[in-house]
Order: sequence, then C-alpha cells, then structure tokens
Amino acid sequence: MIHALRTRLRLYWPLIKSLQTGLLLSTGLAGYLSAHTKADLGELCGLAISLFLAISGSTILNMWYDQDIDTVMERTHNRPLAAGKVSRREAFWLGLVLAAAGVGMALAMDILYGLVVFAGLFFDVAVYTIWLKRRTCWSIAWGGIAGGMPILAGRALAVGQIDLVGLLLSMSVLFWIPTHILTFSMRYHADYQAARVPTFPSTYGFEATRAVIALSAMIAAASIGVAGVTIGVQAGALRLMAVLSSGLLLLSFATVFRPSERVNFSLFKYASLYMMASMILLSV
Amino acid sequence: MKLKMLDRLLLLGTALLAAYQVMIGIDGLESLPTIAYTIAFGALLVAVLLMLILGFEILDSPIVVVVSTLIPLSLSLGLVWEHLESWRLAYLTFAICGFLAILLTRSLRLPGRLPVIVLALVHGVAGMVVFLLPTVLAAQGETSPGFALVGLGGALIGLGGVLLSFLKAERPIVSRETILRIFPALLLLTTAAFVVGFALQ
Repeated sequence: MIHALRTRLRLYWPLIKSLQTGLLLSTGLAGYLSAHTKADLGELCGLAISLFLAISGSTILNMWYDQDIDTVMERTHNRPLAAGKVSRREAFWLGLVLAAAGVGMALAMDILYGLVVFAGLFFDVAVYTIWLKRRTCWSIAWGGIAGGMPILAGRALAVGQIDLVGLLLSMSVLFWIPTHILTFSMRYHADYQAARVPTFPSTYGFEATRAVIALSAMIAAASIGVAGVTIGVQAGALRLMAVLSSGLLLLSFATVFRPSERVNFSLFKYASLYMMASMILLSV
Repeated sequence: MKLKMLDRLLLLGTALLAAYQVMIGIDGLESLPTIAYTIAFGALLVAVLLMLILGFEILDSPIVVVVSTLIPLSLSLGLVWEHLESWRLAYLTFAICGFLAILLTRSLRLPGRLPVIVLALVHGVAGMVVFLLPTVLAAQGETSPGFALVGLGGALIGLGGVLLSFLKAERPIVSRETILRIFPALLLLTTAAFVVGFALQ
C-alpha cells in the first residue's frame, strides 16, 4: 500500500513542474512579505499551502489538456502523461481536486485573496491553455497575466486590497515571463513547430522575438525597481536589485546584438535567478 | 574546460560575498563611493553569475576586458574619494576618461599598440591605487591594520588580471588549464579580502 502510494507520488511530482511551481509560490510569498506588516505565521502557512495547491492543480490541468502536444514534442514526450504512465482521467481529477482545494482554501481565508487566486487559475487554464495557446502566439500575454496573479494574491492578502504596489509587482512578473518563455520557444523552436503551437519566433521571426525579450526585460526590471522604491525597500536591497537588473539588461541586449544559442539560454537561466533574487530582496 | 562542482561552490561563495558587499558592506558612505563600490562589486557579481551559467567560455568574450577594467577603476575611485580628498576631482576625471578611452579603443578596433597602451596605463594606475592606498593607510595607522586586506585583494585581482591578459594575448605565463583551475579560488580569496578589509576599516 505504502509502496504503491510512493510510486504514484513519484509519478505525480513531475506533473506539477516543481521548479516552476516553486518559483510562482515564492512570488506569492514575496507579495505577502512585501507589505512588511507583522507576518501572521498561520496566515503565511495558509497562503503557502493554498497557493501550492492551486498552482499545482492548474499546472496538472494544463498538462492534461496539452497531452497531445507533449507527446509530439521531443522535450516533453517523456512526461508521465505523455508517456502514458498516468492516465488522462487520473490527471484530470488530480488537477481538479488540487485546484479546487487551493481555491476553496484561499476563499475561506479571505474573499479577495481567493478571487485573485481563482482569476489566476482561470486565466491560466481556461484562457491561456484551452482557448488561446493553439490559436495565437499572443496567448503568452495571458499566461503572463496568470503568472502575475500569485504575487498579487499574496500582496492582497497582506494589505486587504489591490494596491498600486501589487499591480506593479504583478506587472513585473507579467513582463518577466516573456524573457523566460520566449527564450524557451526559440531554443525549442522545432519542437513547437512540430506540435503546431504558434509562437513568437514562428510568427514574427527570431529578430523581432529578441527585441520583444529585451523590451520585456527592461519593463520587468523597471517595474520591480519602482515597486521596490514604493514599498520602501532598504537602500542596500535596492542597490542589489539595480545590479541584478543591469545583468538582465546586459543579457537582453546581448540576445539582440550578439545573438547565439548560448546567450539565449543564459538569459533564460539568468531570468529565473533574477526573479528569485528579486522576490527575496522585496521581502527583506 | 568545464566548471567542476568545486569551481561552482567557489564562484557561488564569491557571488554571495559580492552581493553582501553591495547590499550591506557599503552602507552609510557618501554618494560617490557608494556608487563606485556598487559598480565594482556589482560588476564582479554579474560576471561571476554569468560564469556560473556560461562556464569559463565567458572569459573568451571581448566584454571581459571592459568588465575587468570597471572593477579596479571604480574600486580605486571609491578609495581615493574616501581617503585622498585633494585628489578627488583629478582621479574622477582620470577614471571617466580612462574608461571611455578603453571603451573607444576596444570598440573602434584601432590598429597598432594604442589599445594595449591605454589598457595597461588605466589598469596599471587603478591596480596600484587599490593595492597601495589601503596598504599605506594601514601601515601609517590612519585606518585599522585590517584595512590592508583590501590592498591584498588588489594584489590578488591584479594577479588574476595579469594572468588573463597574457592568456588573451595568447602568450600565457602558465597554461590555460592551470589559470582556469585556480581562477575561481583566486576570485573568492580576492572578494573575501575586500569584504573583510572594508569591514575592518
């Protein structure tokens, strides 16, 4: 029994894309801690659990819907659903239960917080994955909006309203996401072509995509900087954010003016590191 | 040559120390030294992060010359501004002109020895300031003896700079493998000497 359960959990774990979920969860926690009010440990734990459940559920529902795409793509064909190790029905119910539990818990904690968490789930699964992903490359804008919801939710839970700082933080994630997803879609261009998923590189070409990445990185860095100043983050943390932002801008410009596969992938990795570091700095 | 686990740990340690210095180590200083030290340790931090991501290949990039100038130049500017009041304006002018000269001679790809002469002059002066100023101040008792560690850091980073310069000029003093093997440890020791030296100031 325990062995069977462990085997199932081992199969379920890749379904939630732990790194991505962890990063989004960290933005939610940073949004909460950015209020710099006396943190309620119980509320913070509730936030972590509800967000983890909602983000995991939404990720599994995405994977459930995109199983046919994952099967075609070289990068994803070994995922448990695409490889047939977990059935579609099982994944659907698992995703639905986790998502419902996460949103339910969030609503029970605070109505506004719950509504923002639900909005994130709705934008991610219904608008991004089911409605737009196979139709237009602009679907990533909605994916970005969904990605910005955890940090907005965390902030809303802490301050009891949707304020300017929350929107700025959300915008920083929204504009960080293209640096992440677009570099990925260039690296795995052939994969997306094979799966017939419209991407920026396939629609507008690599050069335009690189320009969008550089512009997005600039807006993301500016949004985080303005949010940091508005929050009243310590001068030292602001200095460090400025330094890390300059690295992000440097790499973004390098993708435009000295494009190469390595620079492209470096930007992808640096952008994740940048976001994680910025979240920590906003919280201190 | 690929980064080994030990290299990664040493570089991570360097990145954390540089981040600490930017965030906490230079608090409470005047505006210009704060900016100068932020540029110095910030450039070091970003360079180390890129090395962690890209590996030693980043050292072959032309931008390394600019970054490796930025670090001693801005560090020496901060030191002069803090400790040699009468030289402030002159050194600020030298730092700005020196940096622009390197940028121009590198981006315009001028023929002849001018780019090398400009680089050696600017690097040499900045390196000597970082090495000598804290050492002399500590020896004269004007700062705590621990401040001499900043001078030691200057000597170490100077050594790294010389090794890299010869490597880039394809006249290495020691083999590329040896340089790359000691480079992460050298960077960590340098940064640790700077951070401790400034803390003891």
